[in-house]
This record gives sequence, C-alpha cells and structure tokens, in this order.
Amino acid sequence: MIILGTILTLVFSAVLIAALLVAAGVFTWVERRVLGFFQERLGPNRVGPFGFLQWVADTVKLITKEDAAPPGADLFAYRLAPVLASAPVLAGFGVIAFAPQMSVAALDMGLIFAMGMLALTVYGMVLGAWASRNRYAMLGGLRAGAQLLAYESFLGLSLMGVVLLTGSFNLGQIVAAQGDLWFVVQQPLGCLLFLIAGTAAAHRLPFDLQESEQDLVAGFMTEYSGMSFALFFLGEYLAILLVAALATTLFFGGWHGPWLPGPVWFGVKMGVIAFAFIWVRAALPRPRYDQLITFAWKAALPLALLNLLLTGALVVLGGQP
Amino acid sequence: MNATFALWAGSLALISALLVVTRASVVHALIWLLVTLLSLSASFFALGASFAGAAQILIYAGAILAVFVFVVMTVDASPKALEQERARLGRAWVPPALVAALVLVPLFAWRGAPGADTAAPMGAAVSATDLGMLLFGPWAAVVEIASGLLLAALMGARHLGRRGKPEGRG
Repeated sequence: MIILGTILTLVFSAVLIAALLVAAGVFTWVERRVLGFFQERLGPNRVGPFGFLQWVADTVKLITKEDAAPPGADLFAYRLAPVLASAPVLAGFGVIAFAPQMSVAALDMGLIFAMGMLALTVYGMVLGAWASRNRYAMLGGLRAGAQLLAYESFLGLSLMGVVLLTGSFNLGQIVAAQGDLWFVVQQPLGCLLFLIAGTAAAHRLPFDLQESEQDLVAGFMTEYSGMSFALFFLGEYLAILLVAALATTLFFGGWHGPWLPGPVWFGVKMGVIAFAFIWVRAALPRPRYDQLITFAWKAALPLALLNLLLTGALVVLGGQP
Repeated sequence: MNATFALWAGSLALISALLVVTRASVVHALIWLLVTLLSLSASFFALGASFAGAAQILIYAGAILAVFVFVVMTVDASPKALEQERARLGRAWVPPALVAALVLVPLFAWRGAPGADTAAPMGAAVSATDLGMLLFGPWAAVVEIASGLLLAALMGARHLGRRGKPEGRG
C-alpha cells in the first residue's frame, strides 16, 4: 500500500513537472504575442497556427546552441547557478493543492516551504553573477541580493493575515477555508502587498532591475547562452506561475467555483493572474533602484505589519480560531 | 523509512560542513554551507519537526545566507588572492581544531549519564500551534530576550549606517 502510494506520487510529480515545463513554454509565446498586441505589432506568428509552435522552435534552438562559458569563469558555480534558479521553483509546486487531496506533498508547513523555495532562487542569480566574472553581471547580482532582502521581508508578512484567518500553513486547508468568501475580500491590503512582492520575487518588470537590459545588458545572466540561459528563463517563468498559483490559493479561492471541476478553476485563475503579470509589464515603467528599495522598506513593510496587527486584533476580538 | 532518511540527510550535512571549512574559495564554501543548511532542513522534516525544517530553509538558507553571499561577492577571489590567503593560513587551523575538540569532550562524557539515550520519538510531527504555545507560554521570556538582541542589532545597524550629512536625493 505504501509502495503503491509512492509510485502514484512519483507519477503525479512527473506529470506535474512535464505540465509545468510545457506551461512555461506556452507562457513565453503568450507573453510575446500579448506584448506585441500591447505595442501595436503582431509578435511571433509564423510557426504553426497563430505562431503557437514558436516556443517549440525556441526550445530546439536553445538545446542545440553552444553553451559557452567566459574565460576566467568559475565553472563549478557557473554551471550550478542556472540549476539553482529553476529547480527550487519546481520543488515549490510540490505543496500546491490543485484540488482537494490533489497535491504532491500536503505539508502542514506548505506555505513556508513554498516561500523558502522562492527565496532560494536568489542563489542562482548571485552565484551566476559572481561566477561570470563580468562587471555587468556582478552589478545585477548585487541588486538581486538587496532586492531579495527588501522584498522577502514583507512577502511573508503579507501572507500571515491569511494564515491567522485560517489557522493553518497547509495550502489545502487555506483553500478549504474559502468556500464561502475569498480571502481577497477580507485581506485586500495583504493581497495587494503579496502581488507586489510576488512580482519582485519573480523578478519581473517593474522589479527586474537585476537584469534591466538598458543599463546592465542582461544583468546576472549576461554571459549565459544556450540551455543555461534557458534554465534562467525557465526559472523566471516558473516563478511567475508559482506566484500566480500561490495568489490563487491564498486569496482567490483556489479550486472553488461553480460548474467546472476544481483543477480547471485553479488553472483558469492562475492563467488570469499570470496574464496580469504581462499586462503590468506592458503598462508600467521601471523605477529607479533607490526608489524600489525605499518603497519596500519604508512603505510596504510597515503596511504589511499594520495589516498583520489589524487582522490579529480582529481575530482575537471576533473569537475566531 | 523516516529514520533512514534523517540519517542520510544528517550525514550529507556533516560531509558538506567538512567541505565548507576545507574549501579555499570562500564562495565555494558558501555553496557547501547552503547544502549543509538544506540537508539539515531535510533531516528536520524527516524527524517530524516540519516548522523547524521550513524555517531553516526560509530564514537561514533564504535570508541569512543571502546576506553572506552578498558580502562575500564583493571580496577579491582571483587565483592570485587565493594563493596569498593559502600562504597566510599556515597553521591557523590549529586553534579552531583545539576548540572543537574541547566541545567534543562533554559530548562523549555525557554518553554514560542517566537519561542521555532517551531519543526523541521519531516521526511524531510537532504542529505549529503546539510550538507557538510553547514559545509564547513557558518560554516567552527567552523569546523576548532573543528579540531584545535583534533590537540591539537593529540599533547598531542604524548607528553604522547613518550618514554624516544628508546628500543628494533622499
């Protein structure tokens, strides 16, 4: 019985990993098409119907491309960094509950585990930057480190309101507690802060100063090519999907919804949030670096603490768990 | 199953900890320190202390080590600088080794003491609620003292980070 359960878990995680890799690939195509429309151009539309197979062509190109390392690079760290940028994010999906009882590992510390996995991606960036022995990369790596510290602080705090209302870190139980009312209604500030911090954790525009093309070429991944480069990008797109999945779970009712089965609702909500990431990228300019850090420490962190304090007071006064 | 995994992860932590103190390149040492922290977290999970395991990843591996990396990246690690460091080290490993040996003595002396081998129950998961009740109940004073330390560190950082006079945009 235990062996059967282990085999089932292994099969489920293999299917999940495959689905996520395909989803990340398709997402790159969606992003390029949608950004194209936002900018009044067409985007990639040649390969397959509506250019849908563009991501397959890109993958083949990246796999066959030479994976070069610059002279003077520290090869051990240089090769390890792309793995550290993508593998933890995949592990983070292990605790997401796509439907009741439908997760690889229903850890009772699921939420903290997923946040820890998101935080680990910074090693990919700083190690890759250091190992490249390139000044642009180094600047990007330093920015990545400072940004992680600034945003990690209120990323966790913004979620604690939801944890207080549920009384559990288990993602399945958090969704189950939202049968009547989504937490976005009770925790609007927490939701907003989480989405901001999530954008920064996935280092997406307008929080992508560690790889901003205009002043740092591509920041920490300047020297990378071929599949190592692809792994960095895979990590970034998977991080967007993970943040979207966490937002769906924590604030938008997870699998709850009428008519359609639970996992379909989960996927639809995830897709809408991921689409919003593209929208934000198209709409907002990039702030200056000091503005970014100042906002995190002086505005977002106090707001997250205030949210936690108010929620705690309400829970205590209301006599909820 | 869980005990085997905990043992395996613990051995991994020991091996990588040895690698941490024997690497010449400080960034490589940090990579192995990351492996140490992650395998410690894995053994915590296997032993049922899932909160400690998750906090280990988020706080130690996620935040504290990131600060280390941040500092170390700015250190000169060219082959020439490494050569100088090696030449300078010489017998520098002797005093730390002696201190480590001193720490080991009570560890072995305790083996015969009564109640020393009552091992913690394996795999009995500790819930976050129980842990919180303990931390903010019987151990509340200790938690407050620890937070006082953090406050002191915060004030120290404020002191070190202050500027002589405000400059530019602020």
